[in-house]
Amino acid sequence: MTQAKNFAFGENEKMLRDTARKFLQDNLPTVKLHQLVASDSDPYRDPPCHWDKNLWLQIVELGWSTVIVPEEIGGSGMSLVALCALVEEAGRAALPSPFIATAIASLVLRECHTSPANELLQAIASGKTATLASTPKSASWLASDCDVCLADGTLNGSAYFVQDARKVDTLLVQCKTQSGLALYAVPTNSEGVDIIADGIIDLTRDQAHIHLNRVSVSDTQLLSEQACDVLEAAEPGILTLVSADICGAGEWQLQTTVEYMKVREQFDHPLGYFQALKHPLVNVMIMIDQAKSLTYNAACAVDSEPENAAKFARMAKASASEVAAYASNRSIQSHGGIGFTWECFVHLYSKRQKHNQVLYGDAKYQRAKLADLLMGPVYR
Amino acid sequence: MSPQNKNESLEHAEFRSYCRDWLSHHDAGTPLVKLPQSAIEIMHPEQLNYLRKWQRDAYSAGLIGCDYPVNEGGAGRKGCQAIANQEMARAGKPFLPNVLGLGMAAPTLHFHAQQALKERLLPRLFSCEDVWCQGFSEPGAGSDLANVQTFAEPKGDKWIINGHKVWTSLAHFADWMILLLRTDKSSKYDGLSYFVVPIKSALGKGVSVQPLIKITGETGFNEVFFDNLEISDDYRLDEVGKGWKVAQTTLLHERGAGPMVTPSSGRGNKKASAVGDAYALIDLAKDSMRDGQSAANDPLLRDQIMQMIIRQEGSKQGARRAKVEGLCEHPMRLPLQTKLVMSEIRQDNAAVALDILGAHSTLSINDENAPAGGEWPLAYMNSYGITIAAGASEIQRNILGERVLGMAKSK
Repeated sequence: MTQAKNFAFGENEKMLRDTARKFLQDNLPTVKLHQLVASDSDPYRDPPCHWDKNLWLQIVELGWSTVIVPEEIGGSGMSLVALCALVEEAGRAALPSPFIATAIASLVLRECHTSPANELLQAIASGKTATLASTPKSASWLASDCDVCLADGTLNGSAYFVQDARKVDTLLVQCKTQSGLALYAVPTNSEGVDIIADGIIDLTRDQAHIHLNRVSVSDTQLLSEQACDVLEAAEPGILTLVSADICGAGEWQLQTTVEYMKVREQFDHPLGYFQALKHPLVNVMIMIDQAKSLTYNAACAVDSEPENAAKFARMAKASASEVAAYASNRSIQSHGGIGFTWECFVHLYSKRQKHNQVLYGDAKYQRAKLADLLMGPVYR
Repeated sequence: MSPQNKNESLEHAEFRSYCRDWLSHHDAGTPLVKLPQSAIEIMHPEQLNYLRKWQRDAYSAGLIGCDYPVNEGGAGRKGCQAIANQEMARAGKPFLPNVLGLGMAAPTLHFHAQQALKERLLPRLFSCEDVWCQGFSEPGAGSDLANVQTFAEPKGDKWIINGHKVWTSLAHFADWMILLLRTDKSSKYDGLSYFVVPIKSALGKGVSVQPLIKITGETGFNEVFFDNLEISDDYRLDEVGKGWKVAQTTLLHERGAGPMVTPSSGRGNKKASAVGDAYALIDLAKDSMRDGQSAANDPLLRDQIMQMIIRQEGSKQGARRAKVEGLCEHPMRLPLQTKLVMSEIRQDNAAVALDILGAHSTLSINDENAPAGGEWPLAYMNSYGITIAAGASEIQRNILGERVLGMAKSK
């Protein structure tokens, strides 16, 4: 299969994206975001979970949750390219919400092809939220690795690095069974589910590890009995969405820093006059553009060229992870002393980016996996 | 298999089919001499003659200049040059020799010349009957191009030109030159004017060309001296004093950011065409040894190769995204990156290749044991031509920082 020339980014996708951009500009300007998530600067604070539930309800009204849910089960059946454009805006606004975690859960659910999975997708389209709980304590991103077991109809064990766990209704829990790996839908308020918030750097999301102690599950919660295949099939889309978040946040970092280069003067010149500051910011722009092009290419591959999706998604996340690191570095350093303070907004984005950088594998990890795909594994 | 791409119009699909068909039946023949890596390294008339015949045939078949109007020697098509380029590259045809004409002189003539001049010069340029060169840089005007001092003094309806141009690729073969010069010494930018000059017919009569030798030992670029050369005012493009404006059209196209797509073909022989491509690094690693085992097993080299493949794919997808207005923050943001990004990728690809080759990277094209014929070390050295020419990478970063990001102008 070949991809559409324009990444299939047409009028509908543009309208959806432009509406989202304006909505977030109007409702969550950075000054408001700072008030919302950075009220407590105490480094030993209890892990906070700040988000605007009202804003989320409006986002549901705008239909963001329905984008990749198929039409026949109540969604709008649009492309991953369209969802990517929305996630890019969420990144640009550093939006604290269950949006991306739920979008990632949707990507997993649409690979399941079972009625419980379709029912949950339908519920997501009407505003329910979910997150993936499949990562073991070792933080292995391999779909085959997990620390939860199913025995006698109950789930026991733990899931780590669960994104936005305290904002969602449902966990997608991967577990080992006698016949392989399965995926269950577990409401967060089920008996035996203990959500323990992680103290994390990023202020714009929450993360937790989850202990499951004799959590009873039934067949109506069984999303898939081929969890490993499902997660592997969803992985390119997941990497693509995180890359899109990085691109959007990176663009905010670039534009905000460039504005500072225009107004701050030293040695009788605006800072942007000095090539030691100007050229690295041009490099940030070039890196964002590379990551963004690769991200839309990966999204389009998930939509219409699945045989190349894994390869292109690894390229996108490798490229985006480098953006997350470098744009953050330049945004703080170029702001000088003020950039090192809590009151300057750049730290909000730098922290979100450092989280994004490693989530589902950093650049070196993605390149090692890409090399396995393109060069074959290392023979020893 | 139908060659039609998804979303391609019927006209474009038919044109693609036509190109593919013609290319499959056309044989460019075997060159009697070894070809260089690109047109700006052409040293010998035999190399030029072989490539010139190929360009003439491709032009006759309608694959070159096809987006230009019919009365300018084109076919009056729209969006077809890019298709012809893809098909010529795909067919593995040799490169086109008249690169400075096709990439710079042609779009500049198209946008700024009098109709009669376009009709006279463009068809001969497309067919490579006339070879073109570019007279921009001078000993005192490199990155600071607007500082050119070559001067044209009016004399009746003629001009008398005196001055000195450098780094003039292909001047030793060129029939014509695009020439940026000064007509007013009192104003830096508004004192510039732009001409096209028939230099071959003036050799020894006001024009002399002296070859420069590159770090590779190859020739291909030159110094050009003007000593009281008299030319007609008919050869002026746009108004006197508007030379800088005209030069912007040339530079925009030189950097791959202009509205006219430059005709381009493949790179002919297989060995040379692999050089510069990041995917070729994979085979290079598999064919090389390091520490007693395959270099393809070295995790650091694997990482470096993947970095290059990712950058190359990113640049390719960037060209695709540049056509989707809704996915671009600023209309010139991607086009103005093209030259900078491509030239640095090319340089770094070659540098990684030398890393992979290890001690074998010391072997040059004059050594029969050199891997890939020594083309990689040659490509590495030649890559500096592109990161320096047409506005060095540092100038490109200034342009991007100022025109796209809006930061203060640097000096």
